[in-house]
Amino acid sequence: MSALPFVARRGLRANRVAMSACGVILAIALLALVGPLVSPHRFDALDYAAIAAPPGSANAHWFGTDRLGRDLYVRTLAGTRISLAIGVFATLISVTVGVCYGAIAGFAGGRVDQFMMRLLEILSGLPLIFLVILLSVAFGRGAVLLFVSIGAVGWLTTARIVRGETLSLRRREFIEAALAGGATPGRILRRHIIPNVLGSVIVYATLTVPQMILFESFLSFLGLGIQEPHASLGTLVADGAREMEVAPWILLVPGTLLALLLFAFNLFGDGLRDALGAPER
Amino acid sequence: MRTIRYFLGRLCGAVPTLFAIVTISFFLMRAVPGGPLDQEKNLAPEVVANLEAAYGLDQPLWRQYVRYLGKLAHGDFGPSFRYPDFSVTDLIAQGLPVSLTLGAAAMLIAVGVGTALGTLAALRRRSWVDHLVMTLAVAGIAIPSFVLLPFLGLLFGIHLHWLPVAGWEPGAWRDVVLPVAVLCLSPLGIVARLTRASMQEVLGSGFVRTALAKGLPLRTVVLRHALRPALMPVAGYLAPAVAAIMTGSLVVETIAGIPGIGRYLVQGALNRDYTLVLGMVIVYSTLLIGMGLVVDALYLWLDPRIRFDS
Repeated sequence: MSALPFVARRGLRANRVAMSACGVILAIALLALVGPLVSPHRFDALDYAAIAAPPGSANAHWFGTDRLGRDLYVRTLAGTRISLAIGVFATLISVTVGVCYGAIAGFAGGRVDQFMMRLLEILSGLPLIFLVILLSVAFGRGAVLLFVSIGAVGWLTTARIVRGETLSLRRREFIEAALAGGATPGRILRRHIIPNVLGSVIVYATLTVPQMILFESFLSFLGLGIQEPHASLGTLVADGAREMEVAPWILLVPGTLLALLLFAFNLFGDGLRDALGAPER
Repeated sequence: MRTIRYFLGRLCGAVPTLFAIVTISFFLMRAVPGGPLDQEKNLAPEVVANLEAAYGLDQPLWRQYVRYLGKLAHGDFGPSFRYPDFSVTDLIAQGLPVSLTLGAAAMLIAVGVGTALGTLAALRRRSWVDHLVMTLAVAGIAIPSFVLLPFLGLLFGIHLHWLPVAGWEPGAWRDVVLPVAVLCLSPLGIVARLTRASMQEVLGSGFVRTALAKGLPLRTVVLRHALRPALMPVAGYLAPAVAAIMTGSLVVETIAGIPGIGRYLVQGALNRDYTLVLGMVIVYSTLLIGMGLVVDALYLWLDPRIRFDS
């Protein structure tokens, strides 16, 4: 475990694509945090002098304005902030649930394991987007519980990976030694199993973040996610798609940023996986 | 014989799975606040009561559930709450062929082109072909359909006037080019990556070296010997691919104005159209479970050593 960060760093440095992807992610995150602060516009301020103005036009609207005259640059960055936050929090939730579920199933074994895996199978037989749609309708739209409903469906793969690794860890000597030393199952899970599976979990988590961002944008696109006047990249793309014939920049600005962000996350996750020698999904 | 018994067993095993999915969805749907009659604002209380009685909504929940299951056993999905003139069976029967055509086309292209590109990348490892294919694959996986479809519509529809941005008429192939292209892209990328990885492994194995050593041309070795074992991971991905295409079709059909069943799910959930949503859940789950069986059959064909016992 202690050698893991070192190995990962050395492998990652060699991978120029992954490093530049990481740079792009950090740059976008920094821009999303700082950008809205230094702009003269607010994300929900209406500018009646510049309704649907093209990029580079009056009043320092660098990327133009939408159909209500709101500055697209600030709106896109504010939307990125929300999308990133949801991506990270939903991933944390789904990884936590997945690790606990997988570790318990793999460590308990026998009937418990069989039952838990059967449940997992049924859940993955259900198209996940159904669950998200039902949950997001149930929890009310725009609520913080959106995090939970997205995170609640992302844990299936993590659980399966963790269970597989736990099964093989369980037969190793140090677990046997811990058991012989009188450690409780809870302690073994916390101190021995979970630290050992974290490596592959981190790899999978980096690949989960873009999925969660995608899920959220997807829901927002369908009108089930973030509500006005707040925006995520998904709602901005949905707004833009409606206006694309007359004002294509309303679509192009957030769309490009969303595509770039997801692309960078995927490249970074792939690089991390190669660096750690973890198996393909 | 054993194989047949295995598949029969799987088929029977699908029934309790489907039953569990229907049960979870039924009660989850009912746990959501609101009801199908909420949006009709100007109804007199007597009318609401009458309507509820007509649809059986005034009954206790468990009785509604039993009644729904009973109808379901006869192949009746019940009436739609929001489209009062149609039964759910009608709605699905109208939209499903359209969605299936779209999805099947996307699936075929994804598997066909994805395998070809992946093989090509494996053969020309670390060349510009390999890098180009893998970059495109990641782009296909990463870029969401609801961003790509409007972008392509902007480019090919509004600027170049080559293809229509949206619309659907039977037999007009130009309508489906963009939606199918967008739908197939993400599974195509994953198939290409899976094929590349497994093809590389197979190409390094002993029997390929033997075949090359005895003088078979590379083309024959790849197509006749290496491709089949290399396709195993791709076969395993087919069920998730179906799920990905279903998810994609929800937005693609909405954006492109295609009268499939994709739009019913979201609208049904928002309108509390219980029967419609449940019908959609059943259709999608059946497709997914069916795909699982197809995958097993494909495994048998790809690797004759596999035996399904128990």
